[in-house]
Amino acid sequence: MAKLESSMRNMVVCLALVTLLASALLCGTYALTKTTIDTATQKDKETAIKNVLPNKEAKLGKAERVSLEGYKDDFVIYPATLDGELVGAAVETYDNNAYGGKIKIMVGLTQDGTISDYSILETAETPGLGMKAEEWFRDKGDIRGKNPATTKFATTKDGGDIDAITASTITSRAFLTAVQKAYESFMKYQNK
Amino acid sequence: MKGFKIVLNGIIKENPVFCLLLGMCSTLATTTSAINGLGMGVCTMFVLMCSNVVISLIKNLVPDKVRIPAFIVVIATFVTILQLLLQAYVPALNKSLGIFIPLIVVNCVILGRAESFANKNNTFDSLLDGVGIGLGFTLALTVLGIVREVLGAGSIFGIKFIGDSDGILLFILPPGAFIALGYLIAIVNKLKTKYEKK
Repeated sequence: MAKLESSMRNMVVCLALVTLLASALLCGTYALTKTTIDTATQKDKETAIKNVLPNKEAKLGKAERVSLEGYKDDFVIYPATLDGELVGAAVETYDNNAYGGKIKIMVGLTQDGTISDYSILETAETPGLGMKAEEWFRDKGDIRGKNPATTKFATTKDGGDIDAITASTITSRAFLTAVQKAYESFMKYQNK
Repeated sequence: MKGFKIVLNGIIKENPVFCLLLGMCSTLATTTSAINGLGMGVCTMFVLMCSNVVISLIKNLVPDKVRIPAFIVVIATFVTILQLLLQAYVPALNKSLGIFIPLIVVNCVILGRAESFANKNNTFDSLLDGVGIGLGFTLALTVLGIVREVLGAGSIFGIKFIGDSDGILLFILPPGAFIALGYLIAIVNKLKTKYEKK
């Protein structure tokens, strides 16, 4: 078959057809994968919440959004109750000033704000350096069992009480700020 | 026999990374570990094969003056499909490759092959070219990933072999990518001249 010549009509028809077919194909794939993607992200989040909560038997209540001054996006609080009493919460928190941009963390707190555990949801830190945050704050710079009301959540270099990741001050700063914000938003949620 | 030659051409003689020096952005950025390099290679290979086949099928229906936008739409479609599939079935890989998946659209290996091969050859040869170049790209990225991971983190495919200490961090960081790639290209060229002389 000879090649179509580049007349205006041919060009318009061709591009219209190509884009139309492409969008049809994408619609199909999107529809096919949507439920799988949603369940996968939902499951990821649920596991993260379950892992960080201080009390494993607690029941999760309705998620609520809290906004803090100077932060564009809301912090999401997943309150945990046991026999109708608030025992703690998992807070989805973030900071935009990590080395790789945004870092998103799920932080578990007891009712008085003591950190029970954390899990990193989204990060683009340097492998071998900032990526160590996944383990570091349970290990050498352990933040579990510490309460931001009595412990200063900043690196020792900045006058705080937590050891920063070696050679990753920026990541550590962002991480600790995010945890601090999780505490603040949870306190704000309780005082409402 | 001719088909075999096309595949081999993509892996050795026209290896996209070591000989054509195409697709450097994803090559340098994603090869921080062997598994990331392998993942990126396989993703690119998938897009390359699909786009080569489709482009060779529609090459006579697309007027010359609009072929680039038409080809880019085809490539972008496959990349988006790939991203949706990764999100659904291999979320871990999607997480570690992140922004570099959508950037496959502008990987010049793919448009380059569409222009220089699929636009001129039949569908079956184009598929083979996609396989060959794809394998060559995957091989190069995996080798580079292994070198950087071994030197930078002291592990291969995530299995640590030097105990508790860290590796030479430089090799995980961007400058290490340039250094490692430079030496690999030198080695490949040396081997190639030696082979061709014989």
